[in-house]
Amino acid sequence: MSKLKKIGHWLDDRTGFSDTILPLLKHPVPPDAKWSYVFGSATLFCFLLQVLTGIGLALLYQPSSETAYQSLQFITHKAVMGNVLRGIHYFGASGMILMAGVHMVRVYLTASYKYPREMSWISGVFLLLFTITMGFTGQLLRWDSNGVWSSIVAAEQLGRVPFIGTTLARLLIGGDTLGAQSLSRFFAYHVFIFPGLIFLFVGFHLQQVIRNGISEPPKPGRLVDPKTYRQWYSNMLEKVGRPFWPDAAWRDALFGSLVILVIVALAVIFGPPELTKPPDPSIIYTTPTPDWYLLSIFALFALMPPSIESYVIFIGPVLAIGALIALPLLSNKGERSPRRRPWSVVVVICVVVFMISLLIAGFQAPWSPEFKPRPLAAAMQVPEQPVLKKGMVLFSDKGCLYCHRMHGVGGIKGPDLSTIGRNWTAEQLRIQIVNGSEGMPAYGGMLTNDELHALVVFLDARQ
Amino acid sequence: MKQRETGTEEDRRRFLMKLSLGLGGLAAAAAGIPVLGALLAPLLEKTGQTWRTVGTLRDFEIGTTSLIKYENPNPQAWAGVTAHSAAWLRRDSEKEFLAFSVNCTHLGCPVRWEQKADLFMCPCHGGVYYRDGTVAAGPPPNSLPQYAVRVKSGQVQIRTAPIPITNITA
Repeated sequence: MSKLKKIGHWLDDRTGFSDTILPLLKHPVPPDAKWSYVFGSATLFCFLLQVLTGIGLALLYQPSSETAYQSLQFITHKAVMGNVLRGIHYFGASGMILMAGVHMVRVYLTASYKYPREMSWISGVFLLLFTITMGFTGQLLRWDSNGVWSSIVAAEQLGRVPFIGTTLARLLIGGDTLGAQSLSRFFAYHVFIFPGLIFLFVGFHLQQVIRNGISEPPKPGRLVDPKTYRQWYSNMLEKVGRPFWPDAAWRDALFGSLVILVIVALAVIFGPPELTKPPDPSIIYTTPTPDWYLLSIFALFALMPPSIESYVIFIGPVLAIGALIALPLLSNKGERSPRRRPWSVVVVICVVVFMISLLIAGFQAPWSPEFKPRPLAAAMQVPEQPVLKKGMVLFSDKGCLYCHRMHGVGGIKGPDLSTIGRNWTAEQLRIQIVNGSEGMPAYGGMLTNDELHALVVFLDARQ
Repeated sequence: MKQRETGTEEDRRRFLMKLSLGLGGLAAAAAGIPVLGALLAPLLEKTGQTWRTVGTLRDFEIGTTSLIKYENPNPQAWAGVTAHSAAWLRRDSEKEFLAFSVNCTHLGCPVRWEQKADLFMCPCHGGVYYRDGTVAAGPPPNSLPQYAVRVKSGQVQIRTAPIPITNITA
C-alpha cells in the first residue's frame, strides 16, 4: 500500500498533476449555477461521443468515391454492431446540434455574453458553425444518392457567393463534376479539418472559462459594469464560490451521461437512416433532402420570393453570422436578467417558432410535386359523359394532379380543386390554364383546343 | 563602454528573435504550400471537355426527350460510378437535337422529364420548366442550361461540360 502511495507521489511530483491540473478542476464557481448550466458540457460530451464513434466508423469505412457505398452497406448490414455504431454517430450529431442550440439560447437569455465573456460567445458562434458544417459534411460521407446530390446542392449555394462563387463550388466538389476527388475531400473536411478546428476552439472556449469564470445566474437589477465587475465577481467567489470539481461537475457528468445513454438507446431502437440509391450522379430519380437540422433552411429556399433568393442565399448567412458576432460587442454591459430584457425572450420565441414552422414545412414539402399520385379514378366516380372522362384523364396525364389535390389524391402545392366549379367560372378556369401563374406553368402551348375544352368542362363540373 | 555592450547584446537578441520567427515562417510556408496545392488541386488541373457518344440516330424518336448517361472526361480510376453524368436529350426533327442539364438552376437538384405533361419538374422545391427548358413555374432563376450535341456518322454525341453553377446575379 505504502509502495503504491509512493509510486503515486512520485508520479504526481514529476507530472505536476496536483499543482497544475487540479487547481483548474477545482476552480471556484458561483454556488447557484445549477441545471441550466449543463448544456455546454453536454455539447462537449456529444462531441467526444462523435470523435469516439467516428474513429469506430473510420475503422470500417472506405473514404473513396468508388467504394464508400459498399463499405456503408457493410457497416450497416454486416459489420458487428456496425448498425448501432452508425446509429450512435447519426443521433449523436443531432444531439450535439440540439445541445449546442439549447446552450446558446441559455447564454443569450441570461446575457452571459456580456463583459468580460465576449470572446466566449464569439468563439461559441464559430463552434456552432463548425458543428453545423460537421453535420453537413457527415451527411455527404453517407455517400448514397442523397449524399451525392446534397453536395451538388451545397455547391450551388456556394455558387451564389459574389465573384468567386463558381470557383468555390468547384473547390467543394473537387472539380468540374463529381468524381474521384469529391469524397476524399469531404472525408478530409469531416475527419481532419473541422474536428481539428473544433478541438482548437473548444480549447479556447474552455480557457475562457478559466480566465473569466462562468457567469453567475442573473438577478434583476444587478447590472454588469465593466469597471467593477471583475472585482465584484472575484469577491463573490471568495465568499460563496464552490469548487467546480466535484460540487458542480456532478451535474454535468450526470446530464451528459444521460444524453449519451438516450442517444445510444435511439440508435439501438431506430438505427441509422437507411442508405438510398448508389452514388451515381446519372441516377436522377431521387429527392435530395438534408437531415433535420438543415431542413429548415432547405424549406426556406422553397418559400422565399424567387426574385431575391439568389441574393439572400449569400447575404442572409453573412448578416446572420455578422449579427451574432456583433452582439456582445454592441451590448456588453447592464441588465442580464431575461425578466428585464423581455425582448430577448421574444427573439428566442420568434426564432424557435420560425425554425420549427420551417422544419414542419420541410417535412411536408408542399411545394414538391407529387410524382406518383394515387390514380384519380380510384378516388372519385368516373364520369360517364365522354368529355368529362377525357378531362379527368387529362387532369392526371398533364401533371395537374402532381400539384393539385382532388378528392384526397394528388399534390398540395396548388389549391385543392375538388369543388373548384363552385367558385370559378369556365372562363376563369380557361384563362388560368392557358396563362398559368407564378407557381403554375402556362398550359396554352401544350394543350389542343379539344383538350383544353375537356379540362375546363371537367373542372367546371367539380361542384 | 558597458552601455554599448548592453546595446549590442540587445541587438543580438533582437536579431536572433527575428531570425527564429523568419525561419519558422519560412519552414511553415515551405511545408504549407504543397498542402495548399492539394487543397486547391481541383482548380489548378485542366480537365478539358470531350464528345461522348450516347447512341445512334435510331435510338431517339423525333419529338421525345430521353435521359442519356455518359462518362465524364478523364475520370480517375477510383471514381467508380461517380464518373457518370446524365442529361436530357430532346430530338426535335431529323437533325435537330437539344441537350439539357439535369441540374435545376435553383439549387442543382435533378429535374425529371414528365412525358405526358410535357414538362421538366424538380423534386426539391417545385421548379418546373417547359420542353424547351425555359422556366414554367417555381423558384428557378434561369432556363435549364444546354449542352452541345452533334450527329457524326449516325452517332449522336454530346459535349461534356462542368456541372452548371448558378451565380448571384441570376
